[in-house]
Amino acid sequence: MKQYETVIGLEVHVELATKTKIFCSCSTAFGSAPNTHTCPVCTGMPGSLPVLNKQVVEYAMAVGLATNCEITRYGKFDRKNYFYPDNPQNYQISQLYLPICRNGHVDIETEQGKKEIRIHEIHMEEDAGKLVHDEWSDCSLVDFNRSGVPLIEIVSEPDMRSAKEVIAYLEKLRLTIQYLGASDCKLNEGSMRADVNLSVREVGAKEFGTRTEMKNLNSFKAIARAIENETERQIDLIEDGEKVIQETRRWDDNKGYSYAMRSKEDAQDYRYFPEPDLVPIVIDDEWLNRVKDAQPEFRDEKKVRYMEEYKLPEYDADIITLHKKMADIFEKTTELCKNPKKVSNYLMGETMRLLKDKGQEPEDLKFSPENLAKLINLVEQGVINGNTAKDVFAKIFEENVDPEEYVKEHGLKMDNNSDEIRKIVEEVLANNPQSVQDYRNGKEKAIGFLVGQTMKAAKGKANPGIVNQLLKEMLKNE
Amino acid sequence: MNIMSLTAVELGKKIKAGEITALEAADAAIHQIEKLEDTYHCYVTVDKEGARKRAAEVQKQIDDGTLNSPLAGVPVAIKDNMCTKGMLTTCSSKILGNFYPTYTSEAVLNLEKAGAVIIGKANMDEFAMGSTTETSAYGVTRNPWNKDHVPGGSSGGSCAAVAAWECSYALGSDTGGSIRQPSSFCGVVGIKPTYGTVSRYGLIAYGSSLDQIGPVAKDVTDCATILETIASYDEKDSTSVKRDSYDFTSALVDDVKGMKIGIPSSYFGEGLDPEVKDAVLAAAKTLEEKGAIVEEFELGLVDYAIPAYYVIASAEASSNLARFDGVKYGYRTQDYNGLHNMYKKSRSEGFGAEVKRRIMLGSFVLSSGYYDAYYLKALRTKALIKKEFDKAFEKYDVILGPAAPTTAPELGKSLTDPIKMYLGDIYTISVNLAGLPGISVPCGVDSKGLPIGLQLIGDCFRENKIIRAAYAYEQTQKRRDCPTVQATE
Repeated sequence: MKQYETVIGLEVHVELATKTKIFCSCSTAFGSAPNTHTCPVCTGMPGSLPVLNKQVVEYAMAVGLATNCEITRYGKFDRKNYFYPDNPQNYQISQLYLPICRNGHVDIETEQGKKEIRIHEIHMEEDAGKLVHDEWSDCSLVDFNRSGVPLIEIVSEPDMRSAKEVIAYLEKLRLTIQYLGASDCKLNEGSMRADVNLSVREVGAKEFGTRTEMKNLNSFKAIARAIENETERQIDLIEDGEKVIQETRRWDDNKGYSYAMRSKEDAQDYRYFPEPDLVPIVIDDEWLNRVKDAQPEFRDEKKVRYMEEYKLPEYDADIITLHKKMADIFEKTTELCKNPKKVSNYLMGETMRLLKDKGQEPEDLKFSPENLAKLINLVEQGVINGNTAKDVFAKIFEENVDPEEYVKEHGLKMDNNSDEIRKIVEEVLANNPQSVQDYRNGKEKAIGFLVGQTMKAAKGKANPGIVNQLLKEMLKNE
Repeated sequence: MNIMSLTAVELGKKIKAGEITALEAADAAIHQIEKLEDTYHCYVTVDKEGARKRAAEVQKQIDDGTLNSPLAGVPVAIKDNMCTKGMLTTCSSKILGNFYPTYTSEAVLNLEKAGAVIIGKANMDEFAMGSTTETSAYGVTRNPWNKDHVPGGSSGGSCAAVAAWECSYALGSDTGGSIRQPSSFCGVVGIKPTYGTVSRYGLIAYGSSLDQIGPVAKDVTDCATILETIASYDEKDSTSVKRDSYDFTSALVDDVKGMKIGIPSSYFGEGLDPEVKDAVLAAAKTLEEKGAIVEEFELGLVDYAIPAYYVIASAEASSNLARFDGVKYGYRTQDYNGLHNMYKKSRSEGFGAEVKRRIMLGSFVLSSGYYDAYYLKALRTKALIKKEFDKAFEKYDVILGPAAPTTAPELGKSLTDPIKMYLGDIYTISVNLAGLPGISVPCGVDSKGLPIGLQLIGDCFRENKIIRAAYAYEQTQKRRDCPTVQATE
């Protein structure tokens, strides 16, 4: 059998995190009642005109700079003309002739080492509304809340050869864009969408095969499955002596296969032309430098710095920098309590565990670095013990409580009074003669049980150091 | 005296002086409409009740001193392609036959702030596509000077309403001559300002890169005053320009000594009616006698303006008019089978022939494989035409020529040959392509008694030069009201 290779290029749409839409001042908030975030502009009312949101340009520039693109200093918007009811003007304002970014690249890690994926261009455009099909009344309704939400489309060159490389590329884009704060990049909510252009060819062939475009991929898993499925489908066609048709296909993740939506012959002529209602986008040195200067530290640099500056193990640095939110919490908390390893332990341990339990993402974290720093300080200063701290942290995680006040209110301060603890220990020893006997018979493990009983009797507040010391002392004495 | 025979500024003064109330002015306009509208049909919508109510409110504000604009209380007609909140806005098309905008266009808002009383919405060529106001879905407007002739277009309703005294002044829009040509045909004054001077927000777009709103009135003083009121920098219109000055009335000075006026020789060649030619050259002579330096020169690329214009304007229109699809507002066909059938039937039934012709033309020149040959080439031509004007304005303050090659044609004669109709735009179109300001001022009548218009063209943002020249010329002329309208007094 012949050897084939898969050739993949991606078109990635990213919804930008601006407060307002790209061409009007309506809110971009998600999940409101239909048509409540609308105005004459984003509903395509006659006579309305678009006005460009500068923040969109800045985010697009920032993503372009972070992906090593050339920034187009004199850019324009173009109209893409097509009729569809979710598109109120029946044209989409997009960029064809002079997109804001061109000729970039990002590096991904593969099994064979570092690999460069080239970016053909990044352009800005507006999102469409949403159609709601009401089967009861047999009609379709349009919700224009999403109409005019800003998007960038990142178009790669056909440089990827496997699903793994595609996922690595997407992860890289996602992390970069999240670090920029330009988008939350959630595939399941549609703030990041990827269309996969895929073809196969015999290994060593110079020409590309005929490609298809796959749409409706809502998770990394779906993308990987779709790539494998489409690769097989195309190889089967070629092996059977048939031809791959250039077409757009839609992936059905439940059924695990794709079906053709439209072929190239049906391809629409979008009659692109420069948008006459908008003036050219001129990016001068001053603007470009301002955006450059505001670029954050990205993950790779951050990881190295965490290992050098905070002496974190590589494993910790790797996990903490995987999410911008985690890294932000780490840095702010460390700045406040000057104890990087302790902060890392809380994030890697309790935080991750609670996130997993609750099925949440690091982006959902709500507690403040101030409160985590206070908690760490309370333990360090011996005000509370480790057990109490764990419970208090759960409260911080849930409700972002102030640990100092919480400890005070609930009387959780560690008991350092040896006389009181001595009384409790005496009681515990009296009530557990068997364990006392075991210990004296050389079963040293029995002390653990006695510590536990003492802590329980002290409602967890006793200083564990003092408890241990007293127990040992009193067990020896008698 | 008929209140409606006054100019807008004269009437405004009398209202401010308490000699006439805003309500009396509105009633006078309504009375004139009741008398003549059946004959001329200048309006798509007349809002008598609204106008009276508004006039009473405005009068109160005048009385308590909160309103003191020169136009406060003066009745105005608005071309029906400018959105007016809650008032039917049709673009003279069936497809917008039921469209009540949710907002008011910026230029009209500026007028309202100045105390304007809107009498109604003026008829026009459907979506401003046409030169005769015969493509309106709501009937033709007739020329008050001779009702068997067209008023010109596309702002024919606005210009005829001013000529017939059915309003004191009007707003029009000009994409390729749509203010200046009908002003010329109806014997009134109209200005097409520099592109970007008046906000297009709320103006239902025809050719976005060419459209400009402007005033139509009885004289130059009115037009300068109205322009001063409607012009503004508007953040809602990205093509709006922040000008150094919005003072246009200070240009109303009767002095053209030393002003350099250029006459493009190619404007006086083949196709120009000899009577129009004589009248326009006589006007040039008059300005010369007043001290202006007048000379002929060669303006290049004149022949390329019409094809470039029809390519660009139609291309933009084909996209601008895509939103009229029966989904969100406007006309939807009665019976249809599925989405595409609804689109097709709604648009086929909702648009008239001239609009369809331009949508098809525009779709064609933008389609893949033809874009470079037509649209891109037209854009380059546009840039070259602008350069030709730049060269001319290095030498001249003002360019002088006719507004149209003929006086108003008879009804029904133009639409049979669209190419010929398009050629009638030869003197006005290049002004839009270059984004320049232009004014049309009456300069006599032909042997049939139809008005002739003199066009003065200025460099970008130099409205004041053409206003000054037009004003100085106007001082040499006796105001010529439409005789048939006067005869009804």
